[in-house]
Amino acid sequence: MIEWVKRQVTVLRAPSRYFSLGFLTIGGFIAGVIFWGGFNTVLEATNTETFCISCHEMRNNVFQELKTTIHYTNRSGVRATCPDCHVPHNWTDKIARKTQATKEVWGKIFGTIRTREKFLEKRLELAKHEWARLKTNNSLECRNCHDFEYMDFTRQGVRAEKAHSTQLARGEKTCIDCHKGIAHKLPNMAGVENF
Amino acid sequence: MKQMIVCVGLFGIIYSAHADDNIATLRGEVSITDQPPAPRMEQVEDHDIKRKRNYPMQPPTIPHAIDKYYQVDLFVNKCLSCHSRQHTEASQAPMVSDTHYKDRDGKVLAEVSPRRYFCSQCHVIQVEVKPLVDNTFEGLLHDPATGW
Repeated sequence: MIEWVKRQVTVLRAPSRYFSLGFLTIGGFIAGVIFWGGFNTVLEATNTETFCISCHEMRNNVFQELKTTIHYTNRSGVRATCPDCHVPHNWTDKIARKTQATKEVWGKIFGTIRTREKFLEKRLELAKHEWARLKTNNSLECRNCHDFEYMDFTRQGVRAEKAHSTQLARGEKTCIDCHKGIAHKLPNMAGVENF
Repeated sequence: MKQMIVCVGLFGIIYSAHADDNIATLRGEVSITDQPPAPRMEQVEDHDIKRKRNYPMQPPTIPHAIDKYYQVDLFVNKCLSCHSRQHTEASQAPMVSDTHYKDRDGKVLAEVSPRRYFCSQCHVIQVEVKPLVDNTFEGLLHDPATGW
């Protein structure tokens, strides 16, 4: 057994001594495709609503709230799923966010929001994280669909037009500054700035 | 005793037969055993133009839609994020009346009084529809000459 392991290590240390260059190149390429494909498939699988609501924390709290909003059901049937708003679409940003999300696995294992009460207690903190994220990236996930360049103010309501044509247009404010709590209920907002 | 029961029974039968003819109804012409088709849900008025009040002290109606994300609960009152004293400058929305900042003993409070907190208990949205029944209500300031 030990002999066998030693032999494998010797081969691994200098594979080109034992295998042809062609085999290593083509084999490496094929292995790379399989490995990368597998990685990406798993990554995309974790980037679906079905995956998000497979945990009761998401299914029983935030998902139920989303269902009553215009981002879930509306006249034209276009809808946003969890990752559309909560995970960046750009690959590097996505990986960064996914790495951050390992903290959420920790939370799941130790049940930090296991019950409704625990969730409500922690809700303000969780919401603040999301507001901060959207504020920093200038509401990128909103803008993936709601592109300012193509907004027609004449088709908007009086109040909407007034806000969008001034502060949003000048870049003083970003979507999340006003549109908090549009897809989920708000926590206790006492003490939150500008609310 | 027996006679009395018969009497009451008879009265009941006569009364119900009589009442049947007079039940005018919001159901329309559909028999009580049938399920009428649901009426169409009308669009909520959403033009931000104030309506006249129909009588003194009437809570003003809401001239905009509130169905999208107007959360009013223990934690948040979304209406107040435009209509409260602090926010009317930015929003240019009508400020919540001063009476809402008083408790029932007339003591002035810093925040909207808890008994006034649930806006849609008194203030309601409007839809442009034909009333289901005629209404002859006249407010105190009604002027028969103009009809207003």
